[in-house]
Amino acid sequence: MCGIAGYFGRPGSAEPPTELLGRMIATIAHRGPDARGIHVEDGVGLAHARLSILDLAGGAQPMADIDDEVVVTFNGEIFNYVEMRDELIGRGCRFRTASDTETILQAYRVWGPDCVEKFNGDFAFALWDRRARRLMLARDRVGVRPAFWARRGGCLYFGSEIKALLAAPGFAPEIDPIALDQVLTVWFPLAPRTIFKDIFELPPGHLLVADADGVRVKPYWQLSFPDAQDRAGCDTRDPRDVADELRALLEDATRIRLRADVPVGAYLSGGLDSSIVTAMMKSLAPEQLRTFSVAFEDAEFDERPFQELMAAALGTEHRVITCTADDIGRLFPEIVAHVERPLVRTGPAPLHGLAAFVRSQGLKVVLTGEGADEVFAGYDLFKEAKLRRFCAAQPGSPRRKLLLQRLYPYLPQLKTQSQSYREAFFLGDGDDLGDPLFSHLPRFRTMRGIKTFYGPALREALGAYDALAELREKLPADFSRWHPLSQAQYLETAFLLPGYILSSQGDRVSMAHAVEGRFPFLDPRVIDFATRIPPQLKLRALREKHILREATRDLLPAAIADRPKQPYRAPDSHAFLRSGRHGYVEQAMSPVALAAAGLFEPAAVQKLLRKCSTSRAVGARDNAAFVGILSTQLLHGRFVGRATAESSSQAA
Amino acid sequence: MPALHRDKIRAFIRDNFLFREDRDAIADSDSLLDAGLIDSTGILELVAFLEAEFGLAIADADIVPENLDSIERIDAFVATKLHTSAAA
Repeated sequence: MCGIAGYFGRPGSAEPPTELLGRMIATIAHRGPDARGIHVEDGVGLAHARLSILDLAGGAQPMADIDDEVVVTFNGEIFNYVEMRDELIGRGCRFRTASDTETILQAYRVWGPDCVEKFNGDFAFALWDRRARRLMLARDRVGVRPAFWARRGGCLYFGSEIKALLAAPGFAPEIDPIALDQVLTVWFPLAPRTIFKDIFELPPGHLLVADADGVRVKPYWQLSFPDAQDRAGCDTRDPRDVADELRALLEDATRIRLRADVPVGAYLSGGLDSSIVTAMMKSLAPEQLRTFSVAFEDAEFDERPFQELMAAALGTEHRVITCTADDIGRLFPEIVAHVERPLVRTGPAPLHGLAAFVRSQGLKVVLTGEGADEVFAGYDLFKEAKLRRFCAAQPGSPRRKLLLQRLYPYLPQLKTQSQSYREAFFLGDGDDLGDPLFSHLPRFRTMRGIKTFYGPALREALGAYDALAELREKLPADFSRWHPLSQAQYLETAFLLPGYILSSQGDRVSMAHAVEGRFPFLDPRVIDFATRIPPQLKLRALREKHILREATRDLLPAAIADRPKQPYRAPDSHAFLRSGRHGYVEQAMSPVALAAAGLFEPAAVQKLLRKCSTSRAVGARDNAAFVGILSTQLLHGRFVGRATAESSSQAA
Repeated sequence: MPALHRDKIRAFIRDNFLFREDRDAIADSDSLLDAGLIDSTGILELVAFLEAEFGLAIADADIVPENLDSIERIDAFVATKLHTSAAA
């Protein structure tokens, strides 16, 4: 697990290539503090910042194959490298190290760019093929590890984080209004777009190939579900058999994720998913296991009793850090700089703190329960969509609508609503059942009010642009034939998971402290298997993750196994405005700073700031608007304002 | 003073939900829900404002879109409540 950066072509400056690469990789040194390597030859440069986990002695990078024809700089892990290595040796390949890195080189020599289809791993790598004079940039299926690229002056630059690109010549970052509207509608930019103009994300499951003929980006894997009517496409065996096979797959997914030459710990949130992973780790490697969790002062967010229950049941060496509202406020500017995109929630902050703590305890690798809510339908949104669909089928039935009371029992402000307001929130004006985004319309409705803060320049730049229309266009051709639950799962797994969960709440905040997260539920075999499990075994009536609970029941105390989903949430606007002010908030949201960025209406933002400072409870829309505007302003100040100031001082 | 009531209600909506005056000023008959201006917390804010501003006690059963989902409806609801309490 590491950071990568480099270029293909001729950088537009007189600076020696090793110095340029050194500056690029230095911007992401936090990802790989253990070693640094640079490889330069005519027309190509590769850089690597290493976090040593496998083959501590032999795994230095960039690495060439034994015949010196292919060179790679690689971030991540190929978990099935042991099995792949055996297969490649069987085909006559020779190895000189015990690293997974060398497996990539040999696999590429045997299978070419298609080798990525063989990898079970979380990876982003750039591979230089000397014979073909071809650079390949590849990214894992679901987007655990990041990769960005851009062209300036005929040269292609790439890096694990955007800041590595910004160190190269010719980059003057500007906020992309369309990407900003996407974030303030669906929570993140829609890949390949990033928040910066003309800088691209390599989407999950994609390859980029660059050679004398140009740059081509193409998918090698896409999440897919069987048609709702296609019984043969589903696993129709007895549910017990499905559960048994699922259990075996999850155990193997966990087993290969324990491969490391350093100790591996676990995050224990107190929920079902991380408890399952931790329990499987304990059964696979019964020696001492270290687990970590975040607790909150505010009972609305805190899950400490369940974390302690699970830690005690498994006898792990458990440590808890408490995240205060003040911590979130204090850390936020640094977090925005790490995630390199605006945020509409503060969820990344506690996980940033947790990674820092894990690192201080000497661990580099943790397993977590991430991905189970997407793959096995755990989110409340899935239940909500099912109920909304049920109500919409018989609009005149008051009894059906009473079921809406069962949604979000943990949200205090919803509990006190009258039935007719509850119906208005969830059912809207009657959402179109045929809309492919049906499941997500209430979430997007909450975001709609944020547009009121857009200033004239942003409104003009956007014109009639509609982020939801673009999202609809990105859906697969057969999407409309899938079961509604599969559709909702696709929207969460193909978009929110890489766009927010694995990036802003995952890689970017844990790698800020050189801590690598590994996710058994996102093993490609588990994902493929789960897409064929009948929807009614995942969300059975209103019981989420039914089949997963069945598959793992014996591993967990009953209080955990039957625990309803408690979503991970953290304090929002009051983290910035209540518990001791943070000076940067006033500064970033001042009329002067707002006018300088030219994105939001200063007078309206001042009213929002006043309201969030004084009201007793701040609603979902105001919280999202506050966090979204603050993070955009911080991002602008950090990346755009600074570049502008530098270029004007150079001009002077 | 019905016009005065309506002005106060409109000012509250503008400062707390709409946040701006320059454009998109909401029409008295527009739905606050459809405009994306109000969420579950927003309802409670609105109720707290009406109770404090007009000295009303609003029962849970009255907290429904029929009474509260536009400036016009809120105005009419406030008038009815004030009338009822005056008559009582």
